[in-house]
Amino acid sequence: MGERDSKAIKKIQATGLMRKLMGAYFQELDEAARTGNRKIAWCTSVGPAELLRSFGFLVYFPENHGAVLGSSRMAQDLIPAANARGYSPDICSYLTSDVGSYLKGETPLKQAFGMAGVPRADVLVYNTNQCRDVKDWLAFYEREWDVPLIGIDTPRGLGDLSRDHLDGLIAQHKALIPTLEDISGRAFDLDRLKEVVASSYRCTMLWKQVLGSATHRPSPLTFFDGTIHMGPAVVLRGLPEAEHYYEVLIQELEQRNADGVAAVDGEKHRFYWEGMPVWGKLRDHALLFSGQQACVVASTYCNSWIFEPLGSDDPFEGMARSYTELFIVRSEDFKERYLADMFASYDIDGIIYHDAKTCPNNSNCRYGMPQRLTRTTDVPYVTINGDLNDLRLYSEEQARTQFEALIEQLHEQP
Amino acid sequence: MSTFYCGVDIGASATKLVLLDDIGEVLARTLRPSGVDYAGTAATCLDEAVRSAGREGGPALTVATGYGRDNVAFADETRTEIHCHGTGCFHEVGRRISIIDIGGQDNKVIHMDDAGRRREFKMNRKCAAGTGAFIEEIALRLGLTVEQLDGLAAAADEPVRLGSFCTVFTKTEILSHLRRGAAVESIVRGAFISVVDRIVEMDPLEGEVVATGGVIAHNPTIVEILAEHLGRPVIVPEAPQFTGALGAALTARRAAGD
Repeated sequence: MGERDSKAIKKIQATGLMRKLMGAYFQELDEAARTGNRKIAWCTSVGPAELLRSFGFLVYFPENHGAVLGSSRMAQDLIPAANARGYSPDICSYLTSDVGSYLKGETPLKQAFGMAGVPRADVLVYNTNQCRDVKDWLAFYEREWDVPLIGIDTPRGLGDLSRDHLDGLIAQHKALIPTLEDISGRAFDLDRLKEVVASSYRCTMLWKQVLGSATHRPSPLTFFDGTIHMGPAVVLRGLPEAEHYYEVLIQELEQRNADGVAAVDGEKHRFYWEGMPVWGKLRDHALLFSGQQACVVASTYCNSWIFEPLGSDDPFEGMARSYTELFIVRSEDFKERYLADMFASYDIDGIIYHDAKTCPNNSNCRYGMPQRLTRTTDVPYVTINGDLNDLRLYSEEQARTQFEALIEQLHEQP
Repeated sequence: MSTFYCGVDIGASATKLVLLDDIGEVLARTLRPSGVDYAGTAATCLDEAVRSAGREGGPALTVATGYGRDNVAFADETRTEIHCHGTGCFHEVGRRISIIDIGGQDNKVIHMDDAGRRREFKMNRKCAAGTGAFIEEIALRLGLTVEQLDGLAAAADEPVRLGSFCTVFTKTEILSHLRRGAAVESIVRGAFISVVDRIVEMDPLEGEVVATGGVIAHNPTIVEILAEHLGRPVIVPEAPQFTGALGAALTARRAAGD
């Protein structure tokens, strides 16, 4: 690959609006933490955020903080502090980054948004649909702050979702209500919940449209753009600001498609990213691919924030189904079918599997899936070893050589 | 004087350079430790090769490969070592093959089809177990030079089994074998078996297998152990440490249209 002149990353204009909205979100949390004017709930990324908002909680997502610690590369200095307290280097590096951040009193939120620090929780709410680590993560703060830890324990490895599964999950959601009423001082309001869920549903459908714009050739956005622009879909879902943001973003992406503006100039090859981003290398990876006229157009990660069942008439049914029908919760057979469909929809030439050392649930290359899928789809792949936040587990040279070798292989195809 | 082409492979341990003439015949090969000045090492290798080939001037086109591929000031193009090892081996064998390359700090398995196209490849995980670096560490632990290892492994009656993935843990295991009176020859053979174990667990090795790289060039006993494990012969090219550089030179010649 002689072309070493990495192309610049094309800026999405809506980014300014996103920063403004995210800034307002964090400042509101900061004010609540300082003054106590609003109750704060910590919620895992695919936890029952809508239910919490219906009680008037400001909702803070520690996984979002984990990603910020990774992309700012502060994680490197913070993880060892958690390791020293008995949190193994082999468990979730979002967890160890965040616990390290707490122990050292350091967070990029201070500088980025003028916050006093990470806002202290009044209640900690988890859903183990991502992994058991999210529960253990919040349990650290339960012990530190002596605040209630409540949540949903989701079954794993599901093929079809049965009525029994759903009823159990709905019951778990409803069981949270008394504690949330007690902490918020408000009675549960079904109509309010329906409004929040309806807004979250509109947000999710707009986010789906954003990601779907990348089926266009050339793609108007990359996976690396997606990981940044999914911020509102994660932390602002259920609020009108998120809907507004994605309306603006879609307009820009549709305009790009109408004008033939590519995220990667001269897009030759289209890739799928399976697994977590390497947050501290996001920019490097974006440049590496664009420099080779290759665009990573789709990913499981970004698509995991599409919650279509929220459109259900019953908000509990919608939440239970949405947060359990997720890719990460499903069986290998389901995942295989899902990925094969994605490769076809996005016209994928090659796949990057990221085997993230500390995130087994998001590393779908450990049970023979790449080999099986390549046999059935004929799409070549590479597996890179790395991690979401812990760059001690990532080899720059090996990853680069593998990316480039796969691109070379595609160039060589007749 | 007719034109010639250059391929240079800057690996973690050694820099290899091959010059080809306009009909694809090898004019010269040079090898030096990569050291810390990749650009300087590559330039020295080129000077030596040009002199040894009795040529004047520079190559018509140069392709650089290996970890230091971006450091070669006189390179016109770069390719990954995966491409170059595949191209170099296929040039020598000319049919569908699985290639094992054992380098200084990484291992590769590359599958080529009958037309010389790469079908698939794997690199070792980021750990250097089973690479040249592992063998250097074992030599150091045993107070031997790497050159002594192959002869010792060949002379061993029974190998000791070294069970750990980790180079550091393997060194600890060696200590306990030494304490129990195991022969050095048996330990070295055990280490060589461990290298083969790391390779065969990377990917299924179907059909004909070609082995390349510095570790293969200097340790024919590893090839014997590999062949024994696979139950069939393993092909070793004429200059196994140079197949990456040869592939790079062939790519240069092809790019120039010769």
